[in-house]
Amino acid sequence: MDKLNYKSYRIEAENICVDYHGKVALYDANLRLKAGQICGLVGMNGAGKTTFFNALTGFVNISKGKIRINGESLKIAQQDQEIAYVPQSEGIDCQFPVSVWDVVMMGRYGSMNILRSPRESDIQAVKDAIERVDLMELSSTPIGNLSGGQRKRTFLARAIAQRASILLLDEPFAGVDIRTEKLISELFIQFKNEGKTILLSTHDMIHVREFCDLVLLINKTVVAYGETSEVFTPENITNTFGGMSPDVLFGPES
Amino acid sequence: MYGSMLFITNITSLVADPLSHEFMRKALLMSSLVAAVCGFLSSYLTLKGWALMGDAVSHSVMPGVVVAYALGLPFSLGAFVFGVGSVALIGFVKQKSRVKEDTVIGLVFTGFFALGIVLVSKIKSNIDLHSILFGSPLGISLSDVKQTVFISLLVLILLSVFRKDLILYCFDPRHAKTVGINVLFLHYLLLTCLSLAAVVGLQSVGIVLVVAMLITPGATAYLLTDDFDIMTIISVISAIISSVFGIYFSFWFDLETGGSIVLVQTFIFLFAFLFAPRYGIFKIKKLFSNY
Repeated sequence: MDKLNYKSYRIEAENICVDYHGKVALYDANLRLKAGQICGLVGMNGAGKTTFFNALTGFVNISKGKIRINGESLKIAQQDQEIAYVPQSEGIDCQFPVSVWDVVMMGRYGSMNILRSPRESDIQAVKDAIERVDLMELSSTPIGNLSGGQRKRTFLARAIAQRASILLLDEPFAGVDIRTEKLISELFIQFKNEGKTILLSTHDMIHVREFCDLVLLINKTVVAYGETSEVFTPENITNTFGGMSPDVLFGPES
Repeated sequence: MYGSMLFITNITSLVADPLSHEFMRKALLMSSLVAAVCGFLSSYLTLKGWALMGDAVSHSVMPGVVVAYALGLPFSLGAFVFGVGSVALIGFVKQKSRVKEDTVIGLVFTGFFALGIVLVSKIKSNIDLHSILFGSPLGISLSDVKQTVFISLLVLILLSVFRKDLILYCFDPRHAKTVGINVLFLHYLLLTCLSLAAVVGLQSVGIVLVVAMLITPGATAYLLTDDFDIMTIISVISAIISSVFGIYFSFWFDLETGGSIVLVQTFIFLFAFLFAPRYGIFKIKKLFSNY
């Protein structure tokens, strides 16, 4: 593979394995994504979706395999602010005494000085990001006083403020209101046009069909991966969900 | 008229008389400094959920203090080594066995604590077990003052410089990692500050109660605000007030000083628990407005 071709992938995960104290959570997983692609990550609870995200953010170490971001190591990608992670609400202490503004500003920390004192450009980036998720009037509100959807938008704004080229989103549509769902969907289209690469996990099969170019079905390892139209078949989905019929999972219409 | 004059004179002398003693001035100053350090750290520990860790570290420093005294080393050095060592040991045992974390924490720190008590009884020296266990802010020596000031300033500087990183580390370590911030460094930084704060805190209130200095002010402040910076300020102020009043009460009524300080802290917490505007049981703000 020549260097140019190699570099053309935003995310390249090759045969990655993750184990927690000897317990295998993910093995031989592969993923390649280019700029402007949206990929859905689909699997049961405990199938390794969050583990996959943890590996791509560097939060857990992979025991085998290789991860390249823009052709470089994960460490360099972290330093270059290339990856943004939007957590699931359950992974966050919602009572933590910080405001919307504080959280979005955290998206800029990686590119600030050691004291993390915001420059004019950081403040502008935070303002822009909060405006894009339509939370300006709530910017000084503590996150504990927000609805689930508003909180989700806050973390999305943090990712926007970070100006990352890769967005990893853990269940972006779980527990959000209609307004937030519509806003996030619109943002995804904008991100795609801006050339960002998006990997999102979801339980909602309709969302996958709606805007995922690619789909990655996993159950501890990759069950199927490819264009949504080709890979997102009832057979593959059944295999992913441990033999359960897709009818049981999301109605006979699918 | 005469009566109220007498009353005011009495109050003034109640407050001022103790200040004529050098040991009281020293105790008030040192304890306020220690309270500021512990109060600052406290807002991180309560949010990180490290109360039990604080308990563990503060008890585990006991053998370190004894050994350091016996060898003629600064007691803070010994305390620091055992404080950080206990956490490392907790991590190791947890990883290598199926025993649950809180059990491992309890097991390790009581073990260290017991070792400390045994060492005190065996090593013949001028260590006063009572002052280690219950603190002796009124009997602080000059070398202790120097150490306390040095450690306190060190911790205050570290916490100030890395304030925002530590907030992020407590709030969302995964994001910190994703944007290239060294999470492992922050983990050990907080742990180091915890050990050092425990060391200076034990002079005020003793090993048994030092954990209160590390969690009660933060917990009180957490009930009163939704802003981290304000929380830290409230935490520091409530810690200092507790120390000052605790020492005065102990002087006026001849009480054990450490217990007196912690008791004032507990009362302040209780007050916040009942009457905090937003998170208190009675939410007193509602009485005044519809907010």
